[in-house]
Amino acid sequence: MKRFAFLLLLTAATVPAFAKPITFELPADTTQFKPGPHLDVVQGNCGSCHSADYIQTQPTGPKFKKDFWQAEVTKMIKVYGAPIDEKDVPAIVDYLSTTY
Amino acid sequence: MIQRRTVIKASGALALGASPLQALAQTVTLPFDNGERPIAKYPQKRPMIRLTSRPPQLETPFAVFNENVITPNDAFFVRYHLANIPFDDIDPDTWTVEIKGKVDKPVKLKLADLKRMPSVEFVAVNQCSGNSRAFSNPRVAGGQSGNGAMGNARWKGVPLKAVLDRAGVQAGARQIAYSGFDGPVIDKTPKFVKALDIDHARDGEVMIAYQMNGADLPVLNGFPVRMIVPGWYGTYWMKHLNEITVLDKDYDGFWMKSAYRIPDTENGSIEPGTAPKATVPINRFNVRSFITSVADGAKVKAGATTLKGIAFNGGSGIKSVAVSTDGGKSWTDAKLGQDLGKYSFREWTLPVNLAAGEHVLQVRATGNDGKTQPDKAGWNPAGYMRNVIESTRVTAA
Repeated sequence: MKRFAFLLLLTAATVPAFAKPITFELPADTTQFKPGPHLDVVQGNCGSCHSADYIQTQPTGPKFKKDFWQAEVTKMIKVYGAPIDEKDVPAIVDYLSTTY
Repeated sequence: MIQRRTVIKASGALALGASPLQALAQTVTLPFDNGERPIAKYPQKRPMIRLTSRPPQLETPFAVFNENVITPNDAFFVRYHLANIPFDDIDPDTWTVEIKGKVDKPVKLKLADLKRMPSVEFVAVNQCSGNSRAFSNPRVAGGQSGNGAMGNARWKGVPLKAVLDRAGVQAGARQIAYSGFDGPVIDKTPKFVKALDIDHARDGEVMIAYQMNGADLPVLNGFPVRMIVPGWYGTYWMKHLNEITVLDKDYDGFWMKSAYRIPDTENGSIEPGTAPKATVPINRFNVRSFITSVADGAKVKAGATTLKGIAFNGGSGIKSVAVSTDGGKSWTDAKLGQDLGKYSFREWTLPVNLAAGEHVLQVRATGNDGKTQPDKAGWNPAGYMRNVIESTRVTAA
């Protein structure tokens, strides 16, 4: 019985008096898209779901130009449902292949 | 131009672990094209290599793996897919994991309910499917991780089997589909949901973990609970777990049917630059090993030195580790360190004598299943499952 009382006390001591969500804040996203043609279109379309460094860190070089970026933009629209206007696609691909 | 050595550039005299302001000014250059990354400070984390800011993706600085065979919580890698993560809504006192679908009695278990159930504990490696993706040749699109999207921790929690038993899985169940509280930024993006076969889910090892290395999970590693699927790639280790659905068919959502697929071939590899004929969901780790005591491109003192590193695989455990100091011409068995379990990193050491000059150091692990690492890197379109024998070039003087 003594043991039982001790356990009860222990439980009471470890349960918080009131429930509270945690406080957790990510550092602000300070990454920026490089200057380039149609930058405004890119910021609005790409930047809503991910930061600029997702683009910045992709492979570079001659094999990673228009075809590569066309495929990425298509993937964002078809696979991830990005609401990118069809008429904006050439401008975005142009920006990505000339800027990165 | 590929820089062989991972270089940390600091703007001031202070090194890693300095104040957040100093940390912001630091970058690291990983040894592949376009490998420059900022060193960033996040809550509950030491300065980490930041791959992306939104969603957060942080890589473990490789030197951490030489410090301890257990990866500290504050250095453990972070990988999210989608950026709608309302951290401030996490309330451990009201958090529930719901089990529903083809069960006798749907249940909602609070964190306290889980903690009252008999617990299990084991050490296991979590490794991102795309760990080392940036070393793919030819390169592929995706999160461009170096070798730091892995870690080894002691997990404590409840066997998933016991939780499923509370709900009573019905006859004819085939899979569970499960997800966490975070989601996509826009509705049309498929929510991150993964699935396991029911027999795997009930193997007694798969765990709902509430503790990592003796402490609460760091928020960025899935607080308050995450799924632990030992031996399997991190994509199955759902963070912020809150929903499990038992299905009488195979789950066919995007993150199983289209994403995280590997070629249905030996070691998930195909001819570089080609498309696979058939694919299967990524599953168990292949065998890997690393030298941790010297970095690629390092200058070392000529003479006697002891090399150290880690090895791991998908759960058969490590049988042996061999080291070559002559670019693979001859191999010597290393001494294995303490066995922390078949899913853990296994430390290895080997005293060697390095004459003055350049050396290519290599390490090759073999599992208890007889499988070893290939001389030539495999390749697949998503850059998954790299496990080539790693080479570390050093100059002794």
